[in-house]
Amino acid sequence: MTPMKKKTVWAASPYLVWMTAFIAAPLAIVLYFAFTDKAGRFTLANITGLGAYTTVFARSIVLAAAATAICLVLAFPVSYLLSRLRPANQRMMQMLLMLPMWMNFLLRTYAWMSLLEMNGIINRFLGLFGVGPLHLINTSGAVVLGMVYNYLPYMILPLYTIMVKIDSSVIEAAQDLGANAFRVLTRVLIPLSMPGITTGITMVFVPSISTFIISRMLGGGSNLLIGDLIELQFLGNSYNYNLGSAMSVVLMAIVLLCMSFTTADTEEMEAMV
Amino acid sequence: MENSVIFALQNIVVDFDGEPVLTGLSLDIHDKEFVTLLGPSGCGKTTTLRVIGGFVEPKSGNVFFAGKDITRLPPYQRQVNTVFQKYALFPHLNVYENVAFGLRLQKLPEKEIRARSLEMLELVGLKGYERRNTAALSGGQQQRVAIARALVNHPRVLLLDEPLGALDLKLRKEMQIELKRIQQSLDITFIYVTHDQEEALTMSDTVVVMNKGAIQQIGSPQDIYNEPNNAFVADFIGESNILDGVMLRDFLVEFAGQEFACVDAGFSEREIVQVVVRPEDIRVVPAIQGQLTGIVENVIFKGVHYEMHVRQAGTEWIIHSTQASQVGELIGMAIGPDEIHIMHRSNG
Repeated sequence: MTPMKKKTVWAASPYLVWMTAFIAAPLAIVLYFAFTDKAGRFTLANITGLGAYTTVFARSIVLAAAATAICLVLAFPVSYLLSRLRPANQRMMQMLLMLPMWMNFLLRTYAWMSLLEMNGIINRFLGLFGVGPLHLINTSGAVVLGMVYNYLPYMILPLYTIMVKIDSSVIEAAQDLGANAFRVLTRVLIPLSMPGITTGITMVFVPSISTFIISRMLGGGSNLLIGDLIELQFLGNSYNYNLGSAMSVVLMAIVLLCMSFTTADTEEMEAMV
Repeated sequence: MENSVIFALQNIVVDFDGEPVLTGLSLDIHDKEFVTLLGPSGCGKTTTLRVIGGFVEPKSGNVFFAGKDITRLPPYQRQVNTVFQKYALFPHLNVYENVAFGLRLQKLPEKEIRARSLEMLELVGLKGYERRNTAALSGGQQQRVAIARALVNHPRVLLLDEPLGALDLKLRKEMQIELKRIQQSLDITFIYVTHDQEEALTMSDTVVVMNKGAIQQIGSPQDIYNEPNNAFVADFIGESNILDGVMLRDFLVEFAGQEFACVDAGFSEREIVQVVVRPEDIRVVPAIQGQLTGIVENVIFKGVHYEMHVRQAGTEWIIHSTQASQVGELIGMAIGPDEIHIMHRSNG
């Protein structure tokens, strides 16, 4: 037991060094700035001052939640179908799903700009039928679309990973006992996919709530998110890294709070699968 | 056989990707019988069960349940329940909730769900296991949960797909007796799939022997064992000596270079036939008294009996005897008229 344990600790040491240098230390610095003013004195003014940005925080949560919900609804059936394919076809489809992720994130988002613009491809196409032009870009809908488009694979992959482990005979057993398609979904498929659902939600919600590129490119000036605000404090005109750090800390708190709802029952579920 | 037909399959054809699995299978299953579909792997027995359960839709043919055509009826609307090969218990539910699953779907009052679930758990000997996680149970216990879960809906027919395959020999024997007891106490039809001929003979009222997607023989265990229809059945059900022979006239057959009296009649004169002699039906006698003589090539102790391989002219015979002969010994073999089974030559 003891020599084994010693070895295990040694194996983790490169990661521990990495973590201290690049995760724990920066986190401490962010916390320090969040609770001090420009002169380095302790203050809560940065945190209390965030009340002025309530709408931005609320918008971020709502848009990220909407994107996460849409991803879940889109990804669930796709992941299930994927998990029921033959192994060779599964690998093929998995690759096709991953393919867009190999392209640069910025490039993909730029592509949506030119699609959604007032004289973009979609509006020009609609124009052929005398419809529009519709106001597509610089709306909160466009921001959600950007989030869904970019983060959908992060919902599909964890769902698929859990669903391939669900034996088809368990689904047949439910049908056999009198469950129609809807009941199979609610009584068996969703409960058994729960670990994948919570992982997928985390992996989509966290990058969505903290994004600033998507909202800037597709949301215009009127759809500022927390990410944009934070960026403004560090790189923009307002240049106030104490406020920026405070925003980051609050964002982190929001994310942790949201995640605590989902992870609580994940552990319970994973013990069963 | 006096019972009415509960399931009737008519000319069922099933293909998987163009591979024929069932080739026009017809079968009547009588109410309250223990019916076993027996055959080697790939013979179509599981597919037949899945057609009955509604999990495989036949390419052509019809399935009747109590006189009604249910060919296109989905599984959840059929009055049958299944015990799956790998149990297929719900991993997110405990033992009690697994059993109660079917009753909850019917939205029965909680009191009735409780009473019926506990009754079933008692029937399969798992009283007191309600709160257990299914993953913490042994294979035999998981199997019992699967049986209780399938029976709680009071199906008229229970389908069992090689349910004992994963259990060790001793447990399997116990469960065979257990299953037969459950079937008799509930007085419902069991359709049981297995590749184990001994299991089939032990439990069944009727055995259906299948090969290559077609039925080879239907009959009681005794019929199947004593009067096999063809060489495949004879070979699959227990060990057999199968030889080519010629039917000289009624009650007289020639094989292995000798004439033998037999009890079969109705073959055409000089018809080429196949002769089946069970290894335990050959008596070992001194060489001069034997109808055939041969040299013992090896002797294997099998517990209850010895299995001997005996070379006689060009033929190797298998003999089961409680007395061991010596390897290399010349022995005589005697076969009574009752022990010789004559079959028309099968093309297979």
